[in-house]
Amino acid sequence: MTDTPTPAIDLECVNLTKTFGKFCAVDNISFSIPAGSFFSILGPSGCGKTTLLRMLAGFLEPTSGELTIKGRSMLGVPPNKRPVNMVFQHLALFPMMTVAENIAYGLECQGVDKSEIAPKVKAVLERVGLPDSGNKRPDQLSGGQKQRIAIARCLVLEPDVLLLDEPLGALDLKLREHMKVELKHLQNQFNTTFIYITHDQSEALVMSDQVAVMNAGKFEQVGTPQELYYTPQTDFVASFVGENNRWRANVANAHQGRLDLVLDSGISFQGIAANDAQFKTGDGVDVFVRPEAIMLSKTPMQTGEFDNILEGEVDCLLFDGAKSRVLVKDPSSDHELNVTLPQTGEFNDLQEGQPIYLGWKFDQAKCFAARDGQAGA
Amino acid sequence: MAPLLIWLLSLIIIPHIDMFILSLQEKVAPRVYETGFSNYAEFFTEPLYWNTFARTALMSILATALTLLIGFPVSYYIAKMVRGRVRMVLFLLCMIPFWVSELVRTFGWMILLRETGVISSFLQYIGLTDGPIEFLYNDVSIMVGLVYTSMLFMVVPLVTTLDSLDNSLVEAGYDLGGSGFRVLRKIVIPHAMPGIVSGCIVVFMLSLGNYLTPVLLGGKDSLWFTEQIYTQFITRFNWEQGSAFGFLLLILSSLIVWAGLKISRQTLSNTMG
Repeated sequence: MTDTPTPAIDLECVNLTKTFGKFCAVDNISFSIPAGSFFSILGPSGCGKTTLLRMLAGFLEPTSGELTIKGRSMLGVPPNKRPVNMVFQHLALFPMMTVAENIAYGLECQGVDKSEIAPKVKAVLERVGLPDSGNKRPDQLSGGQKQRIAIARCLVLEPDVLLLDEPLGALDLKLREHMKVELKHLQNQFNTTFIYITHDQSEALVMSDQVAVMNAGKFEQVGTPQELYYTPQTDFVASFVGENNRWRANVANAHQGRLDLVLDSGISFQGIAANDAQFKTGDGVDVFVRPEAIMLSKTPMQTGEFDNILEGEVDCLLFDGAKSRVLVKDPSSDHELNVTLPQTGEFNDLQEGQPIYLGWKFDQAKCFAARDGQAGA
Repeated sequence: MAPLLIWLLSLIIIPHIDMFILSLQEKVAPRVYETGFSNYAEFFTEPLYWNTFARTALMSILATALTLLIGFPVSYYIAKMVRGRVRMVLFLLCMIPFWVSELVRTFGWMILLRETGVISSFLQYIGLTDGPIEFLYNDVSIMVGLVYTSMLFMVVPLVTTLDSLDNSLVEAGYDLGGSGFRVLRKIVIPHAMPGIVSGCIVVFMLSLGNYLTPVLLGGKDSLWFTEQIYTQFITRFNWEQGSAFGFLLLILSSLIVWAGLKISRQTLSNTMG
């Protein structure tokens, strides 16, 4: 799929821009999506991702820029003439029709012969695992079933690209986890290009081949989920994708990528310059350390094993099963760190106020040039 | 519950019982009455009466259809295309004529349409016609008056139901390849059906029972069934016959509404619900 030598491009945007009055919702975005891949656009609400999706679907015309699908320009092509279909946020199943009629609607629009519609509807219902629900009304289906029907309604038309606008948002947690796997499975099965819009990083990371992190109308970084997580290119990506501890620090000494840092609170430790950025002594940086990259110990650690060692006390336990975290405070400076609690049994009896030792490697502390006007956390 | 019952009983049920008893009285000699159905039989044996009724019903159905045809795009525009202030203003514009009495509004149409009226004078002034033209006192002027009078009662239920239509359903209709006409036929109209039906029932009943508009705009040839009832009660002082006609109007119009519901496959409960 994505790793074929010269993947065919299904959808390509060049310098796509959309402004509403003076407000620039989508700011000069260029990207291309290979055929058959699962592409997510991840961003906070208001970042312009819905505007971008609506331009792809044809409900909005871009202010400037080019948009092509399978090499054909889509500018000025109305939504009902585009080879893309959209799964709406609230699914938008037609309540006045049965499930089978919902799926048949698009085929009728395409002018498919009546005798061919019924078998096609039947086949797609079987593929999404709901062979007997053709005569039901949408309101008789559960949330997950509605989801599958909404996707089946689009996929039966064999679109070049399927757009999904946060369709999992309305589901409860358990079902959402299940649907993530199922969506990925459906995408593999139909081998259709999916463009998935979400503000939920876990949805994007689990399902996608490629993720674009969007902020303020621009793509901050486009890459595989692993790239975004392990090597974020901007401080926004570092703070938005996954959990992160964030501090404001000053560079005390720079040798190659490795930096000696001093926090405002006086603690000094070592970090690495992200993106091979060049820093010099005195530069302000934002430092990001993931809670899961910090080693916890009840006894003092051996120096040498970790580049940074800190002694603190347990300030607060945030129990959340496998995602439990502990807030550790450095008593001398009141500085707090968010650390993932390993569920190996060793820390089950951790008490608030108990002394604890932390260690992390220098290359887990990623440093970005400080953005002016932003206070260090 | 009690106030409702008192209201229904004193204003609707008791007068109807009284009217029904009255309609069964046959006049055999001055001040001598017998009980029987001859007043009802009169309606079916005298062609003028049932012809007038059939004409009234057909004209009312036509008025209802025209009101729907004009009211639907207006309602769609108000409910879906505009937001905020513009929407309020448009809605108000639909409502303002109803702050004036129906009599005054109908006179307004007469001022426009009569021989010496505004339109006739204007056409003479710009030289399109040599002599004055009478636009009043024909079926078209009755129709104009009926549609105008009924418009609000169609627009209000339509705006309400169209407003509840989720925009994403319309977008999904387009996105899946539907043309504007198909989206209208398969999604918008089925959704708006309860509003369409309740609007149609109200407009039909109002037109059928209207007296002022047909008489003033249609003149003495208007042949509206309510005129027959009026004539029986007031001119001919035949309350028995008038009551029978009143009852026939109630029964026949209910039958037409029932048939309309059957044809559109709607039930009264989901229309009102």
